[in-house]
Amino acid sequence: MKFDLKSLGLALAGAALVAAAPALAQEAAAAAPAPAPVPNKGDTAFMMVATVLVLLMILPGLQLFYGGLTRSKNMLSTMTQIGAATCFAMLIWVVYGYSMAFGPDASDGLKPYVSSFDKLFLAGITPDSTAATFTDGVVIPEYVFVAFQMTFAAITVSLVLGSVVERIKFSAVMVFTLVWLTLVYFPIAHMVWAAGGLFFEMGALDFAGGTVVHINAGVSALVAALILGKRIGYQKDSMAPHSLTLTLVGTGLLWVGWFGFNAGSALEANGSAGLAMINTFVATAAAALAWMITERAFGHKPSSLGLASGIIAGLVAVTPAAGNSGPFGAICLGIVAAVVCYVFVAVVKPKLGYDDSLDAFGIHGVGGIVGAIGTGIVYAPSLGGPGGADFDMGAQLGTQFAAVGFTIGWAALGTVVAIYFAKLITGLRVSPEVEREGLDLGEHGERAYNN
Amino acid sequence: MKLVIAVIKPFKLDEVREALSAAGVQGMTVTEVKGFGRQKGQTEIYRGAEYTTNMVPKIKIEVAIEDSQASHVVETIQQAAHTGSIGDGKIFVMDIGQAVRIRTGETNETAL
Repeated sequence: MKFDLKSLGLALAGAALVAAAPALAQEAAAAAPAPAPVPNKGDTAFMMVATVLVLLMILPGLQLFYGGLTRSKNMLSTMTQIGAATCFAMLIWVVYGYSMAFGPDASDGLKPYVSSFDKLFLAGITPDSTAATFTDGVVIPEYVFVAFQMTFAAITVSLVLGSVVERIKFSAVMVFTLVWLTLVYFPIAHMVWAAGGLFFEMGALDFAGGTVVHINAGVSALVAALILGKRIGYQKDSMAPHSLTLTLVGTGLLWVGWFGFNAGSALEANGSAGLAMINTFVATAAAALAWMITERAFGHKPSSLGLASGIIAGLVAVTPAAGNSGPFGAICLGIVAAVVCYVFVAVVKPKLGYDDSLDAFGIHGVGGIVGAIGTGIVYAPSLGGPGGADFDMGAQLGTQFAAVGFTIGWAALGTVVAIYFAKLITGLRVSPEVEREGLDLGEHGERAYNN
Repeated sequence: MKLVIAVIKPFKLDEVREALSAAGVQGMTVTEVKGFGRQKGQTEIYRGAEYTTNMVPKIKIEVAIEDSQASHVVETIQQAAHTGSIGDGKIFVMDIGQAVRIRTGETNETAL
Protein backbone atom coordinates (compact mmCIF):
# COMPACT_ATOMS: atom_id res chain seq x y z
CA MET A 1 0.00 0.00 0.00
CA LYS A 2 2.77 2.37 0.99
CA PHE A 3 4.64 1.46 -2.11
CA ASP A 4 1.63 2.14 -4.30
CA LEU A 5 1.35 5.65 -2.87
CA LYS A 6 5.01 6.23 -3.51
CA SER A 7 4.84 5.17 -7.14
CA LEU A 8 1.70 7.22 -7.58
CA GLY A 9 3.63 10.19 -6.22
CA LEU A 10 6.46 9.55 -8.65
CA ALA A 11 4.03 9.31 -11.52
CA LEU A 12 2.35 12.59 -10.57
CA ALA A 13 5.72 14.29 -10.29
CA GLY A 14 6.63 12.88 -13.67
CA ALA A 15 3.39 14.15 -15.16
CA ALA A 16 4.08 17.60 -13.78
CA LEU A 17 7.52 17.56 -15.34
CA VAL A 18 6.07 16.41 -18.66
CA ALA A 19 3.76 19.37 -18.63
CA ALA A 20 6.57 21.77 -17.75
CA ALA A 21 9.43 20.61 -19.92
CA PRO A 22 9.18 17.54 -22.13
CA ALA A 23 12.93 17.20 -22.66
CA LEU A 24 13.64 17.25 -18.94
CA ALA A 25 10.91 14.66 -18.29
CA GLN A 26 12.52 12.19 -20.67
CA GLU A 27 15.81 12.53 -18.87
CA ALA A 28 14.10 12.02 -15.50
CA ALA A 29 12.29 8.93 -16.72
CA ALA A 30 15.50 7.40 -17.98
CA ALA A 31 17.24 8.06 -14.67
CA ALA A 32 14.43 6.69 -12.44
CA PRO A 33 15.16 3.12 -11.22
CA ALA A 34 12.86 0.29 -12.31
CA PRO A 35 10.07 -0.06 -9.73
CA ALA A 36 10.73 -2.75 -7.12
CA PRO A 37 8.45 -5.81 -7.46
CA VAL A 38 5.36 -5.83 -5.24
CA PRO A 39 4.35 -9.04 -3.42
CA ASN A 40 1.33 -10.74 -4.90
CA LYS A 41 -1.44 -11.11 -2.34
CA GLY A 42 -2.21 -14.66 -3.44
CA ASP A 43 1.40 -15.74 -2.95
CA THR A 44 1.53 -13.99 0.39
CA ALA A 45 -1.67 -15.58 1.66
CA PHE A 46 -0.49 -18.99 0.46
CA MET A 47 2.84 -18.66 2.25
CA MET A 48 1.23 -17.51 5.49
CA VAL A 49 -1.02 -20.58 5.47
CA ALA A 50 1.92 -22.83 4.58
CA THR A 51 3.86 -21.39 7.51
CA VAL A 52 1.20 -22.18 10.09
CA LEU A 53 0.76 -25.63 8.55
CA VAL A 54 4.39 -26.35 9.38
CA LEU A 55 3.68 -25.26 12.95
CA LEU A 56 0.77 -27.74 12.95
CA MET A 57 3.29 -30.45 12.06
CA ILE A 58 5.16 -29.74 15.29
CA LEU A 59 2.38 -28.75 17.72
CA PRO A 60 0.61 -31.05 18.02
CA GLY A 61 1.57 -33.30 15.09
CA LEU A 62 5.08 -34.38 16.04
CA GLN A 63 4.27 -34.14 19.75
CA LEU A 64 1.49 -36.71 19.41
CA PHE A 65 3.36 -38.87 16.93
CA TYR A 66 6.42 -39.12 19.16
CA GLY A 67 4.48 -38.99 22.44
CA GLY A 68 2.25 -41.93 21.54
CA LEU A 69 5.33 -44.01 20.75
CA THR A 70 6.84 -43.52 24.21
CA ARG A 71 5.73 -45.21 27.41
CA SER A 72 2.93 -43.45 29.27
CA LYS A 73 5.32 -42.30 32.02
CA ASN A 74 7.24 -40.24 29.43
CA MET A 75 4.34 -38.88 27.37
CA LEU A 76 4.40 -35.33 28.75
CA SER A 77 8.17 -35.08 28.83
CA THR A 78 8.33 -35.97 25.14
CA MET A 79 5.66 -33.41 24.29
CA THR A 80 7.27 -30.76 26.50
CA GLN A 81 10.73 -31.27 25.05
CA ILE A 82 9.37 -30.77 21.53
CA GLY A 83 7.25 -27.78 22.51
CA ALA A 84 10.00 -26.01 24.43
CA ALA A 85 12.68 -26.70 21.81
CA THR A 86 10.32 -25.25 19.21
CA CYS A 87 9.73 -22.10 21.26
CA PHE A 88 13.45 -21.67 21.86
CA ALA A 89 14.27 -22.22 18.17
CA MET A 90 11.83 -19.46 17.20
CA LEU A 91 13.51 -16.96 19.50
CA ILE A 92 17.03 -17.92 18.43
CA TRP A 93 15.89 -17.64 14.82
CA VAL A 94 14.84 -14.00 15.10
CA VAL A 95 17.86 -13.06 17.24
CA TYR A 96 20.57 -14.39 14.92
CA GLY A 97 19.47 -17.57 13.11
CA TYR A 98 17.84 -15.85 10.15
CA SER A 99 20.82 -13.58 9.73
CA MET A 100 23.23 -16.53 9.84
CA ALA A 101 21.26 -18.56 7.30
CA PHE A 102 19.75 -15.97 4.96
CA GLY A 103 21.33 -12.63 5.91
CA PRO A 104 23.52 -10.46 3.69
CA ASP A 105 26.65 -12.09 2.26
CA ALA A 106 29.54 -12.74 4.61
CA SER A 107 33.16 -12.31 3.50
CA ASP A 108 34.14 -14.45 0.50
CA GLY A 109 35.81 -17.15 2.57
CA LEU A 110 32.77 -17.63 4.80
CA LYS A 111 30.10 -17.07 2.17
CA PRO A 112 29.66 -20.74 1.13
CA TYR A 113 28.98 -21.77 4.75
CA VAL A 114 27.17 -18.96 6.50
CA SER A 115 25.75 -15.46 6.02
CA SER A 116 26.80 -12.38 7.93
CA PHE A 117 25.33 -11.15 11.16
CA ASP A 118 24.07 -7.90 9.60
CA LYS A 119 20.41 -8.77 10.21
CA LEU A 120 20.75 -9.55 13.94
CA PHE A 121 17.38 -9.07 15.66
CA LEU A 122 15.93 -8.83 12.12
CA ALA A 123 17.56 -5.43 11.77
CA GLY A 124 16.43 -3.49 8.72
CA ILE A 125 13.44 -5.71 7.92
CA THR A 126 10.15 -3.79 7.57
CA PRO A 127 6.69 -4.73 6.31
CA ASP A 128 7.87 -3.38 2.95
CA SER A 129 10.96 -5.58 2.65
CA THR A 130 10.68 -8.50 0.32
CA ALA A 131 12.37 -11.84 -0.25
CA ALA A 132 12.97 -13.28 -3.71
CA THR A 133 11.22 -16.42 -4.91
CA PHE A 134 12.21 -18.78 -7.73
CA THR A 135 10.66 -16.53 -10.39
CA ASP A 136 12.39 -13.32 -11.45
CA GLY A 137 10.39 -10.30 -10.39
CA VAL A 138 8.17 -12.27 -7.98
CA VAL A 139 8.66 -11.59 -4.28
CA ILE A 140 6.97 -12.28 -0.96
CA PRO A 141 7.11 -10.13 2.17
CA GLU A 142 10.38 -10.81 3.98
CA TYR A 143 8.59 -11.25 7.32
CA VAL A 144 6.62 -14.12 5.82
CA PHE A 145 9.80 -15.71 4.51
CA VAL A 146 11.47 -15.27 7.92
CA ALA A 147 8.52 -16.93 9.66
CA PHE A 148 8.29 -19.77 7.12
CA GLN A 149 11.97 -20.63 7.48
CA MET A 150 11.69 -20.24 11.26
CA THR A 151 9.25 -23.16 11.42
CA PHE A 152 11.77 -25.32 9.53
CA ALA A 153 14.46 -24.66 12.13
CA ALA A 154 11.97 -25.50 14.88
CA ILE A 155 10.81 -28.80 13.41
CA THR A 156 14.31 -29.97 12.52
CA VAL A 157 15.66 -29.69 16.05
CA SER A 158 12.44 -31.29 17.35
CA LEU A 159 12.92 -34.27 15.04
CA VAL A 160 16.35 -34.94 16.51
CA LEU A 161 14.81 -35.39 19.95
CA GLY A 162 13.00 -38.56 18.82
CA SER A 163 16.16 -40.60 19.36
CA VAL A 164 16.93 -39.41 22.90
CA VAL A 165 13.54 -39.18 24.62
CA GLU A 166 12.81 -41.16 27.79
CA ARG A 167 16.30 -40.50 29.20
CA ILE A 168 17.64 -37.02 28.35
CA LYS A 169 17.35 -34.18 30.85
CA PHE A 170 15.06 -31.31 29.93
CA SER A 171 17.85 -28.81 30.59
CA ALA A 172 20.13 -30.77 28.27
CA VAL A 173 17.50 -30.53 25.52
CA MET A 174 17.51 -26.73 25.83
CA VAL A 175 21.31 -26.40 25.75
CA PHE A 176 21.49 -28.86 22.86
CA THR A 177 18.88 -26.86 20.93
CA LEU A 178 20.92 -23.66 21.24
CA VAL A 179 24.26 -25.16 20.25
CA TRP A 180 22.98 -27.53 17.58
CA LEU A 181 20.95 -24.90 15.73
CA THR A 182 23.96 -22.57 15.73
CA LEU A 183 26.60 -25.07 14.66
CA VAL A 184 24.59 -27.41 12.48
CA TYR A 185 21.20 -26.17 11.31
CA PHE A 186 21.85 -22.54 10.35
CA PRO A 187 25.01 -23.30 8.33
CA ILE A 188 23.44 -26.25 6.48
CA ALA A 189 20.26 -24.27 5.73
CA HIS A 190 22.50 -21.53 4.33
CA MET A 191 24.60 -23.97 2.29
CA VAL A 192 21.57 -25.57 0.64
CA TRP A 193 19.08 -22.75 0.24
CA ALA A 194 20.84 -19.37 0.27
CA ALA A 195 22.34 -17.84 -2.86
CA GLY A 196 26.10 -18.21 -2.50
CA GLY A 197 25.71 -21.29 -0.29
CA LEU A 198 28.01 -24.22 -1.01
CA PHE A 199 25.43 -26.76 -2.22
CA PHE A 200 23.21 -24.09 -3.76
CA GLU A 201 26.06 -23.03 -6.04
CA MET A 202 26.88 -26.70 -6.79
CA GLY A 203 23.31 -27.14 -8.00
CA ALA A 204 22.23 -29.68 -5.37
CA LEU A 205 18.48 -30.33 -5.55
CA ASP A 206 16.61 -30.06 -2.26
CA PHE A 207 13.10 -28.77 -2.71
CA ALA A 208 11.78 -28.72 0.85
CA GLY A 209 14.56 -29.94 3.07
CA GLY A 210 15.52 -33.56 2.48
CA THR A 211 19.12 -32.63 3.23
CA VAL A 212 18.59 -29.65 5.52
CA VAL A 213 15.84 -31.16 7.61
CA HIS A 214 15.74 -34.94 7.38
CA ILE A 215 19.29 -36.13 6.77
CA ASN A 216 20.51 -33.44 9.11
CA ALA A 217 18.07 -34.36 11.88
CA GLY A 218 18.36 -38.11 11.32
CA VAL A 219 22.15 -38.28 11.42
CA SER A 220 22.25 -35.95 14.42
CA ALA A 221 19.68 -38.18 16.14
CA LEU A 222 21.83 -41.26 15.61
CA VAL A 223 24.96 -39.56 16.92
CA ALA A 224 23.09 -38.14 19.93
CA ALA A 225 21.57 -41.55 20.75
CA LEU A 226 24.98 -43.23 20.54
CA ILE A 227 26.59 -40.72 22.91
CA LEU A 228 23.65 -40.76 25.32
CA GLY A 229 23.50 -44.55 25.51
CA LYS A 230 20.62 -46.98 25.66
CA ARG A 231 17.58 -46.67 27.88
CA ILE A 232 17.59 -48.85 30.99
CA GLY A 233 16.06 -52.19 30.03
CA TYR A 234 16.38 -51.63 26.28
CA GLN A 235 15.80 -54.90 24.41
CA LYS A 236 14.88 -56.56 27.73
CA ASP A 237 11.81 -54.80 29.11
CA SER A 238 8.65 -54.05 27.20
CA MET A 239 8.94 -50.59 25.67
CA ALA A 240 5.88 -50.89 23.50
CA PRO A 241 4.20 -47.62 22.41
CA HIS A 242 1.68 -46.52 25.02
CA SER A 243 -0.87 -45.10 22.57
CA LEU A 244 -0.83 -45.94 18.91
CA THR A 245 -4.12 -44.06 18.67
CA LEU A 246 -2.34 -40.79 19.45
CA THR A 247 0.55 -41.73 17.18
CA LEU A 248 -1.92 -42.14 14.33
CA VAL A 249 -3.53 -38.78 15.15
CA GLY A 250 -0.05 -37.24 15.06
CA THR A 251 0.67 -38.98 11.77
CA GLY A 252 -2.41 -37.44 10.20
CA LEU A 253 -1.49 -33.97 11.44
CA LEU A 254 2.03 -34.40 10.11
CA TRP A 255 0.74 -35.33 6.68
CA VAL A 256 -1.63 -32.35 6.57
CA GLY A 257 1.10 -30.01 7.78
CA TRP A 258 3.55 -31.42 5.29
CA PHE A 259 1.65 -29.68 2.49
CA GLY A 260 2.79 -26.40 4.01
CA PHE A 261 6.28 -27.81 4.22
CA ASN A 262 6.50 -29.12 0.66
CA ALA A 263 4.09 -27.00 -1.38
CA GLY A 264 5.10 -23.90 0.60
CA SER A 265 8.70 -24.47 -0.44
CA ALA A 266 7.71 -23.34 -3.93
CA LEU A 267 7.44 -19.89 -2.24
CA GLU A 268 4.65 -19.01 -4.68
CA ALA A 269 1.12 -20.27 -5.26
CA ASN A 270 1.85 -21.73 -8.67
CA GLY A 271 2.21 -24.94 -10.67
CA SER A 272 5.39 -25.93 -8.89
CA ALA A 273 3.50 -25.81 -5.58
CA GLY A 274 0.77 -27.88 -7.23
CA LEU A 275 3.34 -30.46 -8.32
CA ALA A 276 4.74 -30.58 -4.79
CA MET A 277 1.22 -31.03 -3.49
CA ILE A 278 0.27 -33.99 -5.65
CA ASN A 279 3.66 -35.61 -4.99
CA THR A 280 3.08 -35.21 -1.26
CA PHE A 281 -0.15 -37.15 -1.70
CA VAL A 282 0.96 -40.00 -3.92
CA ALA A 283 4.50 -40.69 -2.66
CA THR A 284 3.08 -40.93 0.84
CA ALA A 285 0.22 -43.19 -0.13
CA ALA A 286 2.59 -45.51 -1.98
CA ALA A 287 5.05 -45.62 0.90
CA ALA A 288 2.36 -46.40 3.48
CA LEU A 289 1.12 -49.41 1.55
CA ALA A 290 4.67 -50.48 0.65
CA TRP A 291 5.61 -50.55 4.35
CA MET A 292 2.64 -52.77 5.15
CA ILE A 293 3.41 -55.10 2.25
CA THR A 294 7.02 -55.29 3.43
CA GLU A 295 5.81 -56.29 6.90
CA ARG A 296 3.78 -59.03 5.29
CA ALA A 297 6.76 -60.17 3.22
CA PHE A 298 8.79 -60.43 6.43
CA GLY A 299 6.13 -62.73 7.87
CA HIS A 300 4.29 -60.26 10.11
CA LYS A 301 0.80 -58.82 10.14
CA PRO A 302 0.26 -55.47 8.37
CA SER A 303 0.20 -53.11 11.36
CA SER A 304 -1.17 -49.67 12.16
CA LEU A 305 2.29 -48.53 13.20
CA GLY A 306 3.49 -49.83 9.84
CA LEU A 307 0.92 -47.63 8.14
CA ALA A 308 2.06 -44.62 10.18
CA SER A 309 5.75 -45.37 9.66
CA GLY A 310 5.25 -45.77 5.92
CA ILE A 311 3.42 -42.44 5.76
CA ILE A 312 6.33 -40.68 7.47
CA ALA A 313 8.94 -42.48 5.35
CA GLY A 314 7.10 -41.44 2.18
CA LEU A 315 6.77 -37.83 3.34
CA VAL A 316 10.47 -37.71 4.19
CA ALA A 317 11.57 -39.23 0.90
CA VAL A 318 9.41 -36.93 -1.23
CA THR A 319 10.55 -33.78 0.59
CA PRO A 320 13.66 -33.10 -1.52
CA ALA A 321 11.84 -34.29 -4.63
CA ALA A 322 8.49 -32.57 -4.04
CA GLY A 323 8.84 -30.04 -6.86
CA ASN A 324 11.68 -31.93 -8.52
CA SER A 325 9.86 -35.04 -9.65
CA GLY A 326 6.82 -36.14 -11.58
CA PRO A 327 4.09 -37.94 -9.65
CA PHE A 328 5.23 -41.38 -10.80
CA GLY A 329 8.82 -40.67 -9.90
CA ALA A 330 7.50 -39.66 -6.47
CA ILE A 331 5.55 -42.93 -6.13
CA CYS A 332 8.71 -44.91 -6.92
CA LEU A 333 10.67 -42.88 -4.37
CA GLY A 334 8.03 -43.51 -1.73
CA ILE A 335 8.06 -47.27 -2.31
CA VAL A 336 11.85 -47.56 -2.24
CA ALA A 337 12.09 -45.39 0.88
CA ALA A 338 9.48 -47.46 2.74
CA VAL A 339 11.27 -50.74 2.03
CA VAL A 340 14.73 -49.39 2.89
CA CYS A 341 13.51 -47.68 6.07
CA TYR A 342 11.69 -50.84 7.17
CA VAL A 343 14.88 -52.86 6.82
CA PHE A 344 16.82 -50.28 8.84
CA VAL A 345 14.24 -50.06 11.59
CA ALA A 346 13.27 -53.73 11.88
CA VAL A 347 16.48 -55.51 10.93
CA VAL A 348 19.56 -53.30 11.12
CA LYS A 349 18.73 -51.47 14.37
CA PRO A 350 18.08 -54.57 16.50
CA LYS A 351 21.20 -56.22 15.05
CA LEU A 352 23.47 -53.29 15.86
CA GLY A 353 21.70 -52.70 19.17
CA TYR A 354 21.78 -48.89 19.23
CA ASP A 355 18.81 -47.21 20.92
CA ASP A 356 17.30 -44.75 18.45
CA SER A 357 14.15 -44.67 20.61
CA LEU A 358 11.56 -43.54 18.07
CA ASP A 359 13.52 -44.25 14.87
CA ALA A 360 14.44 -40.64 14.11
CA PHE A 361 17.48 -41.93 12.23
CA GLY A 362 15.83 -45.04 10.82
CA ILE A 363 13.07 -43.06 9.14
CA HIS A 364 14.23 -39.44 8.78
CA GLY A 365 17.92 -40.08 8.24
CA VAL A 366 17.60 -43.13 6.02
CA GLY A 367 14.47 -41.88 4.22
CA GLY A 368 16.13 -38.50 3.70
CA ILE A 369 19.20 -40.11 2.14
CA VAL A 370 17.06 -42.26 -0.17
CA GLY A 371 15.02 -39.17 -1.12
CA ALA A 372 17.98 -36.84 -1.67
CA ILE A 373 19.85 -39.30 -3.87
CA GLY A 374 16.67 -40.43 -5.60
CA THR A 375 15.87 -36.80 -6.45
CA GLY A 376 18.91 -36.84 -8.72
CA ILE A 377 17.19 -39.62 -10.68
CA VAL A 378 13.52 -38.64 -10.73
CA TYR A 379 14.39 -35.06 -11.78
CA ALA A 380 15.03 -36.44 -15.28
CA PRO A 381 12.43 -35.33 -17.84
CA SER A 382 12.43 -38.87 -19.29
CA LEU A 383 11.01 -40.04 -15.94
CA GLY A 384 8.40 -37.26 -15.83
CA GLY A 385 10.52 -34.88 -13.78
CA PRO A 386 10.82 -31.13 -14.38
CA GLY A 387 14.50 -31.22 -15.47
CA GLY A 388 15.52 -29.57 -18.75
CA ALA A 389 16.28 -31.52 -21.92
CA ASP A 390 20.01 -31.17 -21.18
CA PHE A 391 19.66 -32.85 -17.74
CA ASP A 392 22.76 -34.92 -16.96
CA MET A 393 21.76 -37.58 -14.43
CA GLY A 394 25.30 -38.76 -13.73
CA ALA A 395 26.54 -35.28 -12.87
CA GLN A 396 23.43 -34.53 -10.82
CA LEU A 397 23.80 -37.75 -8.85
CA GLY A 398 27.42 -36.83 -8.13
CA THR A 399 26.25 -33.47 -6.77
CA GLN A 400 23.53 -35.14 -4.67
CA PHE A 401 26.01 -37.64 -3.22
CA ALA A 402 28.46 -34.84 -2.41
CA ALA A 403 25.79 -32.78 -0.65
CA VAL A 404 24.51 -35.81 1.29
CA GLY A 405 27.99 -36.93 2.31
CA PHE A 406 29.05 -33.44 3.38
CA THR A 407 25.83 -32.98 5.37
CA ILE A 408 26.29 -36.31 7.16
CA GLY A 409 29.81 -35.34 8.19
CA TRP A 410 28.87 -31.80 9.25
CA ALA A 411 25.81 -32.93 11.21
CA ALA A 412 27.71 -35.71 12.98
CA LEU A 413 30.57 -33.45 13.98
CA GLY A 414 28.32 -30.60 15.12
CA THR A 415 26.15 -32.97 17.14
CA VAL A 416 29.17 -34.37 18.96
CA VAL A 417 30.07 -30.83 20.02
CA ALA A 418 26.48 -29.92 20.94
CA ILE A 419 25.82 -33.07 22.97
CA TYR A 420 29.11 -32.94 24.89
CA PHE A 421 28.53 -29.25 25.59
CA ALA A 422 25.09 -30.09 26.95
CA LYS A 423 26.68 -32.84 29.02
CA LEU A 424 29.22 -30.39 30.44
CA ILE A 425 26.54 -27.90 31.46
CA THR A 426 23.69 -30.18 32.54
CA GLY A 427 24.97 -33.73 32.96
CA LEU A 428 22.89 -34.77 29.92
CA ARG A 429 21.12 -37.85 31.28
CA VAL A 430 18.58 -38.20 34.08
CA SER A 431 19.39 -40.40 37.08
CA PRO A 432 18.43 -44.09 36.87
CA GLU A 433 15.72 -43.46 39.50
CA VAL A 434 14.10 -40.72 37.40
CA GLU A 435 14.40 -42.84 34.29
CA ARG A 436 12.60 -45.74 35.98
CA GLU A 437 9.93 -43.54 37.48
CA GLY A 438 9.43 -41.73 34.19
CA LEU A 439 10.49 -38.26 33.06
CA ASP A 440 6.98 -36.82 33.40
CA LEU A 441 7.17 -36.91 37.17
CA GLY A 442 10.94 -36.75 37.49
CA GLU A 443 11.55 -33.76 35.22
CA HIS A 444 8.23 -31.91 35.14
CA GLY A 445 6.30 -33.00 38.23
CA GLU A 446 3.23 -34.01 36.26
CA ARG A 447 1.49 -37.15 35.02
CA ALA A 448 0.01 -37.47 31.54
CA TYR A 449 -2.86 -39.59 32.77
CA ASN A 450 -4.52 -39.38 36.16
CA ASN A 451 -6.95 -42.15 36.85
CA MET B 1 -23.48 -74.40 48.35
CA LYS B 2 -20.80 -74.08 45.67
CA LEU B 3 -18.80 -71.17 44.35
CA VAL B 4 -18.04 -71.54 40.65
CA ILE B 5 -15.09 -69.46 39.46
CA ALA B 6 -14.60 -69.29 35.70
CA VAL B 7 -11.76 -67.52 33.86
CA ILE B 8 -12.91 -66.91 30.30
CA LYS B 9 -12.12 -64.94 27.16
CA PRO B 10 -13.39 -61.36 27.55
CA PHE B 11 -15.55 -61.39 24.42
CA LYS B 12 -17.39 -64.50 25.69
CA LEU B 13 -18.82 -62.70 28.72
CA ASP B 14 -22.20 -61.81 27.19
CA GLU B 15 -22.82 -65.34 25.94
CA VAL B 16 -21.93 -66.84 29.33
CA ARG B 17 -24.14 -64.36 31.15
CA GLU B 18 -27.14 -65.12 28.94
CA ALA B 19 -26.64 -68.87 29.23
CA LEU B 20 -26.38 -68.67 33.02
CA SER B 21 -29.49 -66.51 33.30
CA ALA B 22 -31.36 -69.08 31.21
CA ALA B 23 -30.06 -71.79 33.56
CA GLY B 24 -31.64 -69.98 36.53
CA VAL B 25 -28.57 -68.34 38.06
CA GLN B 26 -29.61 -65.16 39.92
CA GLY B 27 -26.41 -63.12 39.91
CA MET B 28 -22.72 -63.11 39.33
CA THR B 29 -19.58 -61.11 40.08
CA VAL B 30 -17.34 -60.16 37.16
CA THR B 31 -13.72 -58.99 37.39
CA GLU B 32 -11.24 -57.97 34.68
CA VAL B 33 -8.10 -59.97 35.34
CA LYS B 34 -4.77 -60.82 33.69
CA GLY B 35 -2.95 -64.10 33.68
CA PHE B 36 -1.39 -66.85 31.65
CA GLY B 37 -1.65 -70.56 31.19
CA ARG B 38 0.24 -73.04 29.07
CA GLN B 39 0.29 -70.52 26.23
CA LYS B 40 2.63 -68.26 28.28
CA GLY B 41 1.24 -64.99 26.93
CA GLN B 42 1.13 -63.29 23.55
CA THR B 43 3.63 -61.68 21.21
CA GLU B 44 3.20 -58.15 19.87
CA ILE B 45 5.36 -56.61 17.13
CA TYR B 46 6.04 -52.88 16.87
CA ARG B 47 8.17 -51.77 13.91
CA GLY B 48 9.85 -55.15 13.86
CA ALA B 49 10.61 -55.25 17.60
CA GLU B 50 8.93 -58.17 19.33
CA TYR B 51 7.40 -57.72 22.75
CA THR B 52 6.16 -60.70 24.71
CA THR B 53 3.16 -59.92 26.86
CA ASN B 54 3.31 -62.40 29.73
CA MET B 55 -0.16 -61.63 31.03
CA VAL B 56 -3.18 -61.95 28.82
CA PRO B 57 -6.39 -60.03 29.66
CA LYS B 58 -9.23 -62.31 30.84
CA ILE B 59 -12.57 -62.05 32.60
CA LYS B 60 -13.17 -63.85 35.89
CA ILE B 61 -16.79 -64.60 36.84
CA GLU B 62 -17.89 -65.89 40.23
CA VAL B 63 -21.26 -67.51 40.76
CA ALA B 64 -22.64 -68.81 44.08
CA ILE B 65 -25.21 -71.60 43.63
CA GLU B 66 -26.99 -74.44 45.40
CA ASP B 67 -25.23 -77.81 45.32
CA SER B 68 -27.90 -79.31 43.04
CA GLN B 69 -27.21 -76.69 40.32
CA ALA B 70 -23.45 -77.18 40.26
CA SER B 71 -22.96 -79.68 37.46
CA HIS B 72 -25.51 -77.95 35.21
CA VAL B 73 -23.91 -74.53 35.76
CA VAL B 74 -20.40 -75.82 35.07
CA GLU B 75 -21.60 -77.46 31.89
CA THR B 76 -23.42 -74.29 30.82
CA ILE B 77 -20.31 -72.15 31.27
CA GLN B 78 -18.12 -74.68 29.54
CA GLN B 79 -20.36 -74.69 26.49
CA ALA B 80 -20.98 -70.94 26.35
CA ALA B 81 -17.32 -69.97 26.76
CA HIS B 82 -15.99 -72.58 24.35
CA THR B 83 -14.30 -71.51 21.10
CA GLY B 84 -11.97 -74.46 20.65
CA SER B 85 -8.86 -72.30 20.35
CA ILE B 86 -6.06 -71.94 22.89
CA GLY B 87 -6.76 -69.67 25.90
CA ASP B 88 -10.46 -70.50 26.39
CA GLY B 89 -9.93 -70.53 30.16
CA LYS B 90 -10.73 -72.69 33.18
CA ILE B 91 -13.58 -73.39 35.61
CA PHE B 92 -13.04 -74.07 39.31
CA VAL B 93 -15.67 -75.25 41.81
CA MET B 94 -15.31 -74.63 45.56
CA ASP B 95 -17.41 -75.29 48.64
CA ILE B 96 -18.97 -72.30 50.38
CA GLY B 97 -18.96 -72.37 54.21
CA GLN B 98 -21.52 -69.64 54.79
CA ALA B 99 -23.52 -67.05 52.86
CA VAL B 100 -25.26 -63.92 54.24
CA ARG B 101 -27.44 -61.37 52.42
CA ILE B 102 -26.33 -58.05 53.88
CA ARG B 103 -29.66 -56.22 53.42
CA THR B 104 -31.87 -58.73 55.25
CA GLY B 105 -29.51 -60.90 57.27
CA GLU B 106 -30.83 -64.06 55.55
CA THR B 107 -28.30 -66.87 55.52
CA ASN B 108 -27.12 -69.73 53.32
CA GLU B 109 -29.44 -71.01 50.50
CA THR B 110 -32.03 -68.26 51.01
CA ALA B 111 -29.27 -65.68 50.73
CA LEU B 112 -28.09 -66.86 47.29
